[in-house]
Amino acid sequence: MYVAVKGGETAINNAHRLLADRRRGNRAVPSLTLDQITEQLALGVDRVMSEGSLYDRRLAALAIKQARGDLIEAIFLVRAYRTTLPRFGHSEPLDTEAMLVQRRISACYKDLPGGQLLGPTFDYTHRLLDDELDGDPQVEQGGQRVESHESIARVPDILDREGLVEEDYGSDEVAEPGDINQTPMSFPLDRSMRLQALARGDEGFLLALGYSTQRGYARSHPFAGEIRIGEVDVEVFMPELGFAVPIGRVQVTECQMVNQFKGSAKAPPQFTRGYGLVFGQSERKAMAMSLCDRALRAEELGEDIVAPAQDQEFVVSHCDNVQATGFVEHLKLPHYVDFQAELVLVRRMRAEHEDRADVASAEVREAAE
Amino acid sequence: MVDDRMTAMRKDRMAVLARGSTARLHELWRAVGLDPAYRMLRGPEFGLVMLRGRVGGTGHAFNLGEASVTRASVRLEDGSIGHAMALGRDIAKAKLSAVIDALCSSDDVAARIEMAVIEPIRAELNEADETMRRQTAATRVDFFTMARGED
Repeated sequence: MYVAVKGGETAINNAHRLLADRRRGNRAVPSLTLDQITEQLALGVDRVMSEGSLYDRRLAALAIKQARGDLIEAIFLVRAYRTTLPRFGHSEPLDTEAMLVQRRISACYKDLPGGQLLGPTFDYTHRLLDDELDGDPQVEQGGQRVESHESIARVPDILDREGLVEEDYGSDEVAEPGDINQTPMSFPLDRSMRLQALARGDEGFLLALGYSTQRGYARSHPFAGEIRIGEVDVEVFMPELGFAVPIGRVQVTECQMVNQFKGSAKAPPQFTRGYGLVFGQSERKAMAMSLCDRALRAEELGEDIVAPAQDQEFVVSHCDNVQATGFVEHLKLPHYVDFQAELVLVRRMRAEHEDRADVASAEVREAAE
Repeated sequence: MVDDRMTAMRKDRMAVLARGSTARLHELWRAVGLDPAYRMLRGPEFGLVMLRGRVGGTGHAFNLGEASVTRASVRLEDGSIGHAMALGRDIAKAKLSAVIDALCSSDDVAARIEMAVIEPIRAELNEADETMRRQTAATRVDFFTMARGED
């Protein structure tokens, strides 16, 4: 129960003033620019874009600055801003095969068309802190290598040639995909709606669940079939023009997880797949997403549902960190009246408990006498 | 056929305008020396477009998440209409892109704009892409097998 209580206004105003002051910090230190954040804290910006479910680097950078680097708070700010804008429509589905690739690796094939392209990765670094970055060292440009353009085949297509992997669900557009922003969630959700929820789900939560599947809670023997990061064109169909208009490019990370599958009455043994697609350069998130996507297909594939990662109501209802933080953090709002009621209740229960104890000890005494 | 070619050229022009930087676009535009009167038909306005992916990369469409966009539509005094939509929030670019789109209804003007504005930006964008490709290519792993020293 919530009761309006007055009296906090001055305190709240002063608290927000203090917040602005602390956010700015030592005035002798230059203020951060949004360009600095988008350029030099790019992966934090990408996380805010993907979990804020809004592709706009500058807005994400602004949110990070305003939130003092608290990324979940920044994601909250972006989600709130999103609700103030009208929706003009939807894009044509992104064609990730036509991606301008910045990184592409496969853990399944050593030699594959397009090759292993490491890109700007943390992999193989020694995770030793670099003192030089304490200053502002001159950094050389990335090296270049001139070679003929080779098309970069999708790993599922390579497996598909032998029929060893399940096909994607038909590419025919049977219906408009559901949208969790516009329809109340009711379970079970179809895979496209689950993917939407996972795409904006909390990286930490999905990472932990993905990890749980590796440790045996819904084991699915995954291989990173392919991870690719790069830019894809976005096109939007404009009815007034009668064709799809290119409106720019976005960077996305895609993960094709390939998993063992023993087959069923209907399907022969073959590899199944989990899919991850995330805004920006977010490899860990895309991998975690694909592990969760695969685990959530348990029912469809006739697997026993024995672990949290396979329970779509559990996963989808708890993966949104804006919802989660809202409910957890609401606990700090005034619950004075609730708590008074609880106090009265506990006092009464204690009084009753003491009464019962008195009666019991009296009975014991009587019995003894 | 002619229509297809016109549509392809228009799409290509729109793609360049959408990806080009506002500053560069304005700089090249000023040199063209055109300044037609126009009326806004729609916008310029910010909004959202839901970006879609495909399940598994090639399957059913699903909603991935939204992107901010700016759009504008204009009508010139001769009645030609132009549209623009681009990712991001940039009113000035959307307006100018719509004006350029409208002007390009005339083949002559289109050719002039193509040469003075679109082609230079396209070349710069292509060069940036090529640099990115080359930098990525430099991180390609060239596997080799260690000789076992048996002979």
